[in-house]
Amino acid sequence: MADVIRIPIGPQHPALKEPANFMLTLGGEKILEAGVRLGYNHRGIEKACEQRTYIQDLYLLERICGICSHSHSTCFVQAVEEIAALEVPKRAAYLRTLVAELERIHSHLLWLGVAGHEVGFDTLLMYTWRDREVVMDLLAALTGNRVNYGLNTIGGVRRDVTPEQKEKILQGMDILEERTRYYIQIATQETTLIQRLSGVGLLNHEDALRLGAVGPTARASAVDRDLRRDDPYAAYREVSFKVITDNHNDVYGRTLVRVGELMECYGIIRQLLKQMPDGPIAVKAPRKIPAGEALSRYEAPRGEDVHYVKADGTDKPERVKVRAPTLANVQVVAHMLKNRYLADMPIIIAAIDPCFSCTDRLISVAQADDRRADVMTWGQLRDYSIAWYRRRGVDFSGLNRTFRKGGA
Amino acid sequence: MTDEETIQAELVARFPFMRDKVRVQRPRRVWAEVGQDHFAEVFGCLAREMRFTMLSAITGLDQGETLGLIYHLARENGLVLSLATGVPKAQPVVQTVTPLFACADVYEREVADLLGFQVQGLPQGPRYPLPDGWPAGQYPLRKDWKPESLGDAKAEKGGPTSG
Repeated sequence: MADVIRIPIGPQHPALKEPANFMLTLGGEKILEAGVRLGYNHRGIEKACEQRTYIQDLYLLERICGICSHSHSTCFVQAVEEIAALEVPKRAAYLRTLVAELERIHSHLLWLGVAGHEVGFDTLLMYTWRDREVVMDLLAALTGNRVNYGLNTIGGVRRDVTPEQKEKILQGMDILEERTRYYIQIATQETTLIQRLSGVGLLNHEDALRLGAVGPTARASAVDRDLRRDDPYAAYREVSFKVITDNHNDVYGRTLVRVGELMECYGIIRQLLKQMPDGPIAVKAPRKIPAGEALSRYEAPRGEDVHYVKADGTDKPERVKVRAPTLANVQVVAHMLKNRYLADMPIIIAAIDPCFSCTDRLISVAQADDRRADVMTWGQLRDYSIAWYRRRGVDFSGLNRTFRKGGA
Repeated sequence: MTDEETIQAELVARFPFMRDKVRVQRPRRVWAEVGQDHFAEVFGCLAREMRFTMLSAITGLDQGETLGLIYHLARENGLVLSLATGVPKAQPVVQTVTPLFACADVYEREVADLLGFQVQGLPQGPRYPLPDGWPAGQYPLRKDWKPESLGDAKAEKGGPTSG
């Protein structure tokens, strides 16, 4: 019998992408007990919201998360609109849904890469993150930013979509759908990946319900729950999609759910673009919001996001409460770690897709008349990397041909 | 009768004191209010007998003389019942709901840290979300709390300035 030792993982640790502390009790390589300590990212945003106007709060709340920023902003604005009895124009609801689904694609592709990285399959990370650039470019073209889109305003949205942008999005969806089919093929046929992920981070159906898991983490334990269908908001009532569930109950199942959801995203986006009605994109909202309260729910890429807003008739909210999906899921992690090997810890934690910021921009923005020579475009950077490898005897140009043809 | 109205009627039928305390705000959103004296039985009934199988969140509120709590209970079909209750600020003692909802653990630690609730029956565990060195009696989500109060508390204690 090996000695029992206690080791802290985090708050700062190379295996973690955000600060959290996992206190592990180990018997040899096995985790006997796991405790979670959170709060290292607490920035007092709820308190800050009480001192700012509703519009300022909209931008502040969008910055809770670097990935599901639109999720938080939409969740909040829906609550405010309910209190103020504002009827959001249909086109605005469609645009919110459009960006929401593009954000889900960005988030799930990002996750797939992280998952690959955590199990030593870095090729998958390189592939998915390259493909993710397709959706990042679309989001940047639509909203002006890769994350923190600033799309919402109280009463609607701030930016419309042009027919040219619609066409670009549709092209992007075709590329990504083809790539996702390839990832599904990998996930269902690549034995190394299947064996590495199967049986890891087990969470049976009963425990998922009992411990309050949300999003893909719950759906991979056969919990048939998705707020886009069950508690529809924005334009989800008007599109048809499948809620992807799986009964593997492990990290492998969570992978299948996310790649399955990616395929649904492309379908939803095509329907949105096809059915999008003409009309205004916002209604005028009052500066002061009448007294009242509302609870808004939103199916973020990681699961149920909840915002509670209480208004007191002024231009500042009385109370804003946020429950992000990771807070619900991280409690499940301690359970999943128990009786697993220490080496499985990074992927088990990554499998709930904890939120971390990813706002670094690859392409610097320079004024047309002030373009510095050291600023590379995406194409230049790609050519540079292909040439770099070619000089070392590896030729990747053939590999990239299909992708380039797709109009990236 | 809609689902929401059925819930309203059932709650009033089971607990006559809930008359005028349950309102339907819109489809899938029901709000109810109950005093601490009847909280446990109403909450237990919603969770065990009325199919509210999820606890989405717990909101804590500073209402002046009282501290409020709203338990956002959800059904699998998307319907949410928000059950509000309150305790005097001078003695903000509530019972834990973790026996019914394991996930409440971190939600209850949050209202304890940020608003100063004393949650009885909560198992031993790390605090959330404030740092370990946070001075006692400082509840940042209370309306009268300002960041400056933290400086005062630390000066009084003569402790380190970093948490």
